[in-house]
Amino acid sequence: MPTIIFNRPDNRSERVDASAGDSVMQVATTHGVDEIVAECGGNAMCATCHVYVDERWIARLAPMSEEEDELLHGVAAERLPNSRLSCQIKITPELDGLVVRLPDRQI
Amino acid sequence: MSASGFTPSAGVPHMDIDPFSIEFFEDPHPAHEVLREAGPVVWFDKWKVYGVARHAEVHAVLNDPLTFCSSRGVGLSDFAKEKAWRPQSIILEADPPEHARTRAVLSRVLSPTVMKQLRGSFVAAAESRVEALLAKGSFDAIADLAEAYPLSVFPDALGLKPEGRENLLPYASLVFNSFGPPNRLRQDAIERSAPHQAYVAEQCQRENLAPGGFGACIHARADAGDITAAEAPLLVRSLLSAGLDTTVNGIGAAVYCLARFPDQWARLRSDPTLARNAFEEAVRFESPVQTFFRTTTRDVEISGSRIGEGEKILMFLAAANRDPRRWDRPDEYDVTRKTSGHVGYGSGIHMCVGQLVARLEGEAVLSALAKRVSTIEITGPATRRFNNTLRGLESLPVSIKAA
Repeated sequence: MPTIIFNRPDNRSERVDASAGDSVMQVATTHGVDEIVAECGGNAMCATCHVYVDERWIARLAPMSEEEDELLHGVAAERLPNSRLSCQIKITPELDGLVVRLPDRQI
Repeated sequence: MSASGFTPSAGVPHMDIDPFSIEFFEDPHPAHEVLREAGPVVWFDKWKVYGVARHAEVHAVLNDPLTFCSSRGVGLSDFAKEKAWRPQSIILEADPPEHARTRAVLSRVLSPTVMKQLRGSFVAAAESRVEALLAKGSFDAIADLAEAYPLSVFPDALGLKPEGRENLLPYASLVFNSFGPPNRLRQDAIERSAPHQAYVAEQCQRENLAPGGFGACIHARADAGDITAAEAPLLVRSLLSAGLDTTVNGIGAAVYCLARFPDQWARLRSDPTLARNAFEEAVRFESPVQTFFRTTTRDVEISGSRIGEGEKILMFLAAANRDPRRWDRPDEYDVTRKTSGHVGYGSGIHMCVGQLVARLEGEAVLSALAKRVSTIEITGPATRRFNNTLRGLESLPVSIKAA
């Protein structure tokens, strides 16, 4: 079972067991990681599940779609080169140990 | 009508409930529970259609648009058998792959980036509306707030002319009544529709839309080659159909909840940053859009029930939003609830493209109320407005006091 590590804005860290096939957003919202709001429920429409993917992992993710790129222009916290929408990151066994940092706001 | 000859597949429970009757609309929740508990799929004898009322099945149908299509209409009427009452929508009533192109245009016009630009003016309008209502003291929370506020921001954001805006709510009401069966509500709405249809057709034209508004931005996508010049007015029409009455009923629902549940109002007042979630929870709790249909494109099995090709399936979004299989304390309005996953805006590729506008409006109104108002008291009978798809009030007399 892959483990995902969420680093919170106050530097607390949360290790969560994830199921392959779920999105990082689903893992966060079902494990009480409240920094992920996900208003649209994972339909890539609201840009409220923004995460910063650890630099060591960013290249190992599937590339983002044009739609995700456009939505990221509208995120509430600063957009950085490692910004992604967590609803668009599907968990695979290869992502065991994935580290993402959570922004201080989503709206 | 049922493609399988007026009878459902074996094992699907028959319901003698009419989910489009006034009696049903008066208090749908007990009937929703009956539908949910009868089985994962039910059959309505009166209209010869299948129904799904549990969250899992509603979500599954919404997220399989190739099997459960929209191009044969998202109301009871099957466009494969009956002519649509108006030219078919090129987004709501379209399927993949064609749908993606028109959807991308509206997603871009109503994107999070655009909302950031609108936020300031939408918030200011809500604050001045609440100030004016405080000066009045007693008012109708539907006409004077739930309708007045969206009417003060959305038509301008769209770029509509000032003249003729009185057609907007009747047109929207017509569109949402038209998804129902051929009952009195639908027939009356269509019989009276000519002037509203003429108004809307006219306003969708490029020359009638102010520069910088949503409408002009849609027409600009035709210049960019994303859509044709003939498609642009039809996409503007989608905003005129679905962009106003929905938020009216959403804001109405939220104010009605906060007026009925003083503990939740107190919770919101103590932390006005909950405004956005309080609105979202009202959308879950009241589900301003109650239902939509899909049509099967092939034989399919849903949770053990076999359904043939060409069958209409009625999805009860409102029942799914209170399904105890999915929600703790589903019948409680809780402004701190984790609402992600509710289907009040639908789900999947057809999920409300204007959801960010709706949330911005709802947040702006509830935030202004939470900051400036101490009490909301219901002072007269709340009367219901009946529509085949929308749930909301006709009137909600209230009085408010300044904080």
